[in-house]
Amino acid sequence: MTEESKAEKFLELFNKGKEFTEELLRENQRLRYRLASLETEQKPAPEEVERLRSQIAQLTEENKRIHERFSAIEEENKDFANRYIEIEEQNNNLANLYVASYQLHSTLDFREVIQIVQEIVINLIGAEAFAILLLDEKTNELKTIASEGEDVMPNIDSISIRLGDGVMGQVARTGESYYINQDIDADSSEISIDKPLAAVPLKIKEHVIGLIAIYKLLQQKDSFSAVDYELFSLLAAHAATAIFSSKLYSQSERKLNTIQSFLDLLTTSS
Amino acid sequence: MENANFLVVEDSPTMRQLISFSLKRFKNAKIIEAVDGVDALKKLSGPDKIDLILTDINMPVMDGLKLVSLVRQNAQLKNIPIIIITTEGAEEDRERGLALGANAYISKPIQSSHLIKTISELLAV
Repeated sequence: MTEESKAEKFLELFNKGKEFTEELLRENQRLRYRLASLETEQKPAPEEVERLRSQIAQLTEENKRIHERFSAIEEENKDFANRYIEIEEQNNNLANLYVASYQLHSTLDFREVIQIVQEIVINLIGAEAFAILLLDEKTNELKTIASEGEDVMPNIDSISIRLGDGVMGQVARTGESYYINQDIDADSSEISIDKPLAAVPLKIKEHVIGLIAIYKLLQQKDSFSAVDYELFSLLAAHAATAIFSSKLYSQSERKLNTIQSFLDLLTTSS
Repeated sequence: MENANFLVVEDSPTMRQLISFSLKRFKNAKIIEAVDGVDALKKLSGPDKIDLILTDINMPVMDGLKLVSLVRQNAQLKNIPIIIITTEGAEEDRERGLALGANAYISKPIQSSHLIKTISELLAV
């Protein structure tokens, strides 16, 4: 290749480079314009910015309000849940009291009444060892007429306590219930025939006719619950009335039979 | 669970009434009562299809554990859920009851809400 043709080739190459550079500069210029125009188009007006800011503030405020309302409702819901548990418990207690009262007045048979009192003390209160004592008004002595738990409290079936003597004698004299309030397990060694866990007088108005002494609760029961005290109050009054009425009824039945036999005898002999 | 038939096996009228009282929470529940295991078996062979049995353990004539065992051996009755309700609260008593085939074991004194929850779970309502 001659020197001349080399120079021409170089010139040609140089011209192409020049054209390409010019084209790049033009494109650059065009893009700058485009960018500038886009920036102008996209920039929001100050009033729009203000409107959006106020909307954000409003939404934030609303969000806060909703959050507060949610917390309040959540709290209310917790209250309702607690109230529901309370009502369930009250419902349970009322059912126990209703059934106990219904059963106590369902019969006039003395043995059946005593059996019902025992069922209530075992099944509803949860006692394993207990005694029902009646006051003999002639001797002023409290004597066991029914009991459970001879194996855990020996001689429970033959308790005899004078009115005014010891815890139970005092309960019968004053008509005030006696309870050991401390932890029952810790005190179990202190429980004896004349010092029960609980002693509940059986009262007709202020007149004590006997008492229920509880010595041991069932294994699964740690302590007396609120409904137990309600049941004790119910037993104090209703069991006393039921026992007293059934006793009177039995006595009147016996007297009636005697009179009837006597009348029969008179009729036959005449 | 609606229209369920419950068999309450208890020798104590007080407990029968208390359990029946709780079962009234189930709409249109029919409560059939039996005083011991033998009476329960008679009721189970009666016209009412029993959906769940609630039984005590200590009963005269036939106790609750024997009843559970016999029900589980009977082809027609073996799938009926059984809840034992008893004063026997020792762990070994619970294990014995469940081993014989009872589905749940509740110690007395019962809490109505606990009983309802247990029944609902067993009947998947």
